[in-house]
Amino acid sequence: MKLQVELLEKENVHCFKVKGEIDAFTAPLLKERLASIQNLNDLQVELDLSEVEYIDSTGLGVFVGFFKKLKDNNGYMKITGASNRIKRLFEITGLDQIIDVEAMEGGNRDAAI
Amino acid sequence: MPKNVEKQYRELVDRYIKSQSEMDLYAGQEISREFIEKEISPEEVIGIHKSALMELLPDASDEVWHSFDFLIEMMIHYGLALQENQSLVRKQEEIQMEINIAAKVQDTLLKTEVPNFEGLDIGYLSVPAMEMSGDYIYFLSDNKKYASVGVADVIGKGIPAALCMSMIKYAMDSMQKEDSSPQVVLDVVNRIVEERVDDSMFISMFYGKYEAEGSVFSYASAGHEPALLYKASTETFEELDADGLLLGVQANVDYKEHSVVLEHGDFIAMMTDGVTETRTEDGFIDEEIIKTFLESVKDESAQSIADAVYRNFSEMQNYQLRDDFTIVIFKKDENV
Repeated sequence: MKLQVELLEKENVHCFKVKGEIDAFTAPLLKERLASIQNLNDLQVELDLSEVEYIDSTGLGVFVGFFKKLKDNNGYMKITGASNRIKRLFEITGLDQIIDVEAMEGGNRDAAI
Repeated sequence: MPKNVEKQYRELVDRYIKSQSEMDLYAGQEISREFIEKEISPEEVIGIHKSALMELLPDASDEVWHSFDFLIEMMIHYGLALQENQSLVRKQEEIQMEINIAAKVQDTLLKTEVPNFEGLDIGYLSVPAMEMSGDYIYFLSDNKKYASVGVADVIGKGIPAALCMSMIKYAMDSMQKEDSSPQVVLDVVNRIVEERVDDSMFISMFYGKYEAEGSVFSYASAGHEPALLYKASTETFEELDADGLLLGVQANVDYKEHSVVLEHGDFIAMMTDGVTETRTEDGFIDEEIIKTFLESVKDESAQSIADAVYRNFSEMQNYQLRDDFTIVIFKKDENV
């Protein structure tokens, strides 16, 4: 399964649209794309996961690593369009306590199916 | 180049030019295998072919011989690439051997002893998806008053994850003498891990502690899958969930602790996401399937339950584990 990462800059917010599965094979690509942002100071990042079907633990590691980097630089990260399964993943891991996770708009689609 | 090999080659080519028989082609394959074994390079093979032809077809034109010299030049880089490849293969064999040794060292380092506890039947199973597991089970017990278990899943996988595990083990070992609560254990392990690991590495861990007095099981979770409690009296399952962030993300985390009382026939299944994220061709398996399956083996011993879950789930995945698989069962059994 392929992964696509598009950067749509909206004013001062870096908005990434991620499509596909984020697993051990595709996570390095996401990591690379996120690492390509030059200046992290006060950076606002929004990650749209509405077309992400699956995140495994390696994928989660990319989010955690990026979150920590942003935090050290006064940045802010938000996840939007999370499916039920992805939202549950962030809840179980306790990451929803430190990262803002917005559920998918108007949908209870289970992304795994 | 041994003369007899050249002679053998020439005779074979001679026969083949005259008869084009399958037998001679087959013999050619044999010789090529011999060449490879003797590490004869591609350009040398063409050299041998050229000398053979010069004897067999002395009247061939000079153009043909020039073209062979050209071909020999062409093949030199193939020869170099082949050499490089062979040295990589050798290097890989060495690395593989080191990994095998490391996996053995890991097994010895991380060995844990299952508590022998009156009234509590304990079973467990941990199967790595690759050589080195990222899952870890560690038991702590005085075999009298309390029996504790930590079930951890280190993210990523492979060697870095395995190294990280030794850190958890020593953190937990340092608390062996004290009679610590799950909340305290997770807090201490988190501080140790947070200071020392790489940014994108973290650990999920479920820590449970059974105390003989009052048959109380208390637990806390660092971003780990909830454990499942089967209540024999009502024949229902309860999720044992507790708020708490993954280990290694930030230093100060408030780990919540809860407790339940176990009665005869109750059991708790603590798992890593290799179990709960089991994927089949039709997608992820539903939690209900896990519950239904656990219920079907509820009367077995703790170890039989763990073994049965593994058999069932690996079958569902066509015996190809995508992730490490770990399950621990604590079963209250007054006859144990």
